[in-house]
Amino acid sequence: MSPKGGGGRGDRLMVPEAEFESYYGKQIIKTPTWKTPDVPLYLFLGGMAGGSALLAEGAALQGLPTLEKVARGAAAAGAGIGTVFLVHDLGRPERFLNMLRVFKPTSPLSVGSFILAPFSAFATAAFGSQVTGWFPRLGRLAGVGAAAFGPPLATYTAALFANTAVPIWHEGHRELPFVFGGSGAAAAGGVAMMLAPAAQSGPAVRMALAGAALDVGALEVMNRRLGMIAEPYEQGFSGRLMKTARALTGAGAGLSLLGALGKRGGKGRRSRVARVAAGAAYVAGSVTLRFGVFEAGLASARDPKYTVVPQKERLAAREAARAASAPS
Amino acid sequence: MANSLWGRLDDVQADAGYDGAHPPRMGFFTDTSVCIGCKACEVACKEWNEVPDDGYELSGMSYDNTQALGASTWRHVAFVEKPLETSAGKPLTTTDLGLPGMGPPGAMEGDDQGARSGDAGVRWLMSSDVCKHCTHAACLDVCPTGSLFRTEFGTVVVQPDICNGCGYCVPACPYGVIDLRKEDGRAFKCTLCYDRLKVDETPACAKACPTESIQFGELGELRERAHARVEQLHEQGVDVARLYGADPEDGVGGDGAFFLLLDEPEVYGLPPDPVVTTRDLGSIWKHVGAAAAAMTGLGVASFTSRRLVPRLLSTSLGRRR
Repeated sequence: MSPKGGGGRGDRLMVPEAEFESYYGKQIIKTPTWKTPDVPLYLFLGGMAGGSALLAEGAALQGLPTLEKVARGAAAAGAGIGTVFLVHDLGRPERFLNMLRVFKPTSPLSVGSFILAPFSAFATAAFGSQVTGWFPRLGRLAGVGAAAFGPPLATYTAALFANTAVPIWHEGHRELPFVFGGSGAAAAGGVAMMLAPAAQSGPAVRMALAGAALDVGALEVMNRRLGMIAEPYEQGFSGRLMKTARALTGAGAGLSLLGALGKRGGKGRRSRVARVAAGAAYVAGSVTLRFGVFEAGLASARDPKYTVVPQKERLAAREAARAASAPS
Repeated sequence: MANSLWGRLDDVQADAGYDGAHPPRMGFFTDTSVCIGCKACEVACKEWNEVPDDGYELSGMSYDNTQALGASTWRHVAFVEKPLETSAGKPLTTTDLGLPGMGPPGAMEGDDQGARSGDAGVRWLMSSDVCKHCTHAACLDVCPTGSLFRTEFGTVVVQPDICNGCGYCVPACPYGVIDLRKEDGRAFKCTLCYDRLKVDETPACAKACPTESIQFGELGELRERAHARVEQLHEQGVDVARLYGADPEDGVGGDGAFFLLLDEPEVYGLPPDPVVTTRDLGSIWKHVGAAAAAMTGLGVASFTSRRLVPRLLSTSLGRRR
């Protein structure tokens, strides 16, 4: 009856399974109770909306009205729909306003509520003003506000995941904000690439490309640093999601480069198809990435190995350091 | 402020804002060496706190059908069945030496039920697990509504009239204690019988424990008692006895409910070296800030580097052609 742990997964392991003890193989920490698709979709929408607010403000400054309108619409819609998902995820949705009852820097969900609330207000006001033509100056001011709260909205969700006991989320806290920020920028660029005309989509193409590079690069750095803890990013259901996300983001980048290098400076029909397809691939990649990171967290919580083995190693290292420093 | 997030903290109530006149910090010392696995604590807790049932399932793994702490299980008695190992690491089995004894041959062990049922060589460990009421409680720190709070006794309690069921406390707990009650939507956990403490009563589980495995009292005094008990056990040759969660310098600043264990913590389903997630809070926010700045820079660059990307690409591709 020795409750020894061990993997029964189908994936081939590059290193031998670590030996560890557990209570009948049961998990130690609790699995996050956050719902899917609510929370992964909220993460995607927050990232996309945050990036879009940036894009909209740049477009306004450079006089690209269609890009501005498209991006303002994406920011407002992302914030609005995202908020619905966030409220729906609560066990007691009618009490969602309790989120604004206190402000706690130790709770990224509290900080995030105070980012999401003003962002939604600003983004909605800016879009409304542009569509109706009412209060243009106040509308621009609201747009600046949304752009200021946009990047925090896209990245705070990394703190939300990292500030837990889930090993793969917590230990990856250095890179995860860059993954989410990059992915948000790629999604925002992708949405604008699909909806804005060629002549105005240049900044969106560049933003998506740079965001994709940041997202994929930060993920790579994180996986190398975490070692065994990062396994759920590479194995099982969550691993397949992460691989799909990377492939989609890569396809987006490839297609958009093809479109940019096409005939007549990217204004031909074929270039347009390539650009729309690239935008769709970026968006799909960003959505899939959030599902992958979410599912990886669930897998990391469910297997006691990820809780026990790193902690035993930490204890052993501390013991060794103590033994080395003790006078003999 | 640093101490509020992690590390040693001697007056947890003062840190939470109580004035100097607050009562002493109260807690549990669960001495698993005298636990008989009767589950009176589980029953007493359910009865007093009116905690609903969480299903009548047989786990099939041991006498432990409760299986884990949760929203509707605030005390959980773990039953560990481990084969005894000799110093050589081999399982210990009894051998019939054929010597004369009571009863028919082969019944050498006489009244030893274990030998007859094949349980010989198995060691049973029992332990009544509970919320640790951490000095640095992750559940409390991450709660966005302020529903979780620190009481004047230094314990950590959920206010059900404020909780909106966001579920953040659930993955934040390094011990896997608190959970959402699905049919209710809100989070629940042990309150260390806050209502009983307010009227100078012992918590229900400790009151019901027939062997004094669960001891309730002032935390400082319990720690002294626990150290004396470990010393006594070591003198008796039980060198596997060790305290868990009693060190105020550990990753959660010490537990308000701590344990005397007879094996490694993970054997009982406890994390071997838990650390409160807020230890890294500064680093987490720093990296979020840097990433937000990077994203802003990336946005600005998308507008200012109008021809940079196509130019770079066409020159590099052109060279290859």
